[in-house]
Amino acid sequence: MTQDKLSEPLRISLLGTTAILFEAPGLLDLHNQRRIWSLAREAETWPGIREAIPGMTNLMLTFDRPPKDPMSLDAALREAWNAAGELALEGKLVELPVSYGGEFGPHLHDVVAYTGLSVDEIIELHVAPLYTVYALGSHPGYCYLGGMDPKLTVPRRKTPVLSLPGGSVSIGGVQTGVSASAGPSGWNTIGRTAMSFFDHERAEPAVLAPGDMIRFRVERVLA
Amino acid sequence: MIEILSSAALSTVQDQGRDGYLRYGVGTSGAMDRIALTVANLLLGNSSDAAAIEIPIFPFRVRFLEDTAFALTGADCLATLDERSILPWWTVQAKKGQVLRLGSPAVGARCYLALAGGVDTPMVLGSRSTQLRGEFGGFQGRNLRKGDVIGAIGPHAAQAKLSDAGMPEFGVEPPNFFLTSPSPVPPGDAEATVVRVLPAGEYDCYEAASLEAFWREDWKVTPDSDRYGYRLAGPTLNSRSAIEKRSHGIVPGVIQVPHRGQPIIQLRDAQPSGGYPKIGTVIEADLWRIGQTRIGSRLRFVKTSYEDALSALAENERYLDKVANLVALYRSSLLTT
Repeated sequence: MTQDKLSEPLRISLLGTTAILFEAPGLLDLHNQRRIWSLAREAETWPGIREAIPGMTNLMLTFDRPPKDPMSLDAALREAWNAAGELALEGKLVELPVSYGGEFGPHLHDVVAYTGLSVDEIIELHVAPLYTVYALGSHPGYCYLGGMDPKLTVPRRKTPVLSLPGGSVSIGGVQTGVSASAGPSGWNTIGRTAMSFFDHERAEPAVLAPGDMIRFRVERVLA
Repeated sequence: MIEILSSAALSTVQDQGRDGYLRYGVGTSGAMDRIALTVANLLLGNSSDAAAIEIPIFPFRVRFLEDTAFALTGADCLATLDERSILPWWTVQAKKGQVLRLGSPAVGARCYLALAGGVDTPMVLGSRSTQLRGEFGGFQGRNLRKGDVIGAIGPHAAQAKLSDAGMPEFGVEPPNFFLTSPSPVPPGDAEATVVRVLPAGEYDCYEAASLEAFWREDWKVTPDSDRYGYRLAGPTLNSRSAIEKRSHGIVPGVIQVPHRGQPIIQLRDAQPSGGYPKIGTVIEADLWRIGQTRIGSRLRFVKTSYEDALSALAENERYLDKVANLVALYRSSLLTT
């Protein structure tokens, strides 16, 4: 199984007639992500663009109406990417206590099996970094985090799990994150935390935003 | 107001969807068959953003707690109002106390029950659609249950006049009488739902035999299929090398292929991002066909071009324009006689 090839080529592809996806060349790192944030600010002002949605070193643009000539968007994205500087968003820091393993981390042993690391080594590597919120997605308030140790890389599951509880801390490919509510997931769940990430009654409904930071702390480890 | 009389598992309040919050992780939700919802609103003179009840499980029964004009579109579910049969794609004035019963449709999967003015649930983040994952929008952010009482915003002035005129009943032809169904290559079973697909980002990463099978074979809609996505069973799709993508935005219609090689069509409740490889996208113009495809039945994919996908959208709009014109003509004739 090959993983994220570290350095990716630039790719632009259509998602039917409703959106276009720009995938940045290069590494999954904060430098590239800051340029994606910058590209998002620029592209959301373009005519016919409904929303600019950053992902992990990529950007999806949804259309108000499908463009007649999507190739012109292709060219505009390449040009804007070349011009995009690093937008350094200054965010807040949140600490999340995590219960690792046991019923809270049903796939922890799959991570052990795949990486060859021990449970303790996995947890030590997982709590070490200061993670940056790169983007929100998946479900209301969910944060994609950058900064995971590549040694923890585990492919997404062969078949998605139909429902995992909110607060599940999981690994998918080279990424880690915390689910904000119960639902299906293709990621490997290693622990659980309690945190409210979303309030639909607020004008800015998500509690965290790109540029915010998360640190995980070991609350307990279950067998 | 209406009261839900059956255990209405999986019925939800939906409008055209919630736009503009993908970057907060909020998917669009919205009707699985947007054409049926649009026509239901046209029949009642509702605004285009009005919400209705999407019903995927039958039988389904509601009692009218007051006189209310309603419309039924989508699957033909042999509806009765008390003892009287109600045609599909039709609008009727119900009297207080009457019971509407929807039976199992012979064809199609989802029925839309629209009420005069639209279902009266709060707008949350710009939409009345139910966000099941976020537990907000729609009716208390959840599926409807037996005993729920749901209000209607109430008729606009023109609709109220029509009701007073005592002749509010009429209907239109459903979209499958007007829209050409795409033809599969090679021709297949007439029972299968055929939808057009644009190749997506990782299309070229699949083995030639898998791509050939993708277009040629029937895909069975498995019981794990719902508003989140349709999980399909058929030939195994193998990529030339394993693909692990960085998470990125996706939209309803995207066909992802998890590693075991069985595709999933992401639909209206799908998450707005993902990382499984994308072999194609069912075009927006054909998503309503999937909304009317039942678990256990079969799907076929037809390769299309971006230009043809735009033409298909334009054809849908021509149908809706035709319905809007017919409804306007009929209403004005009723009001002037």
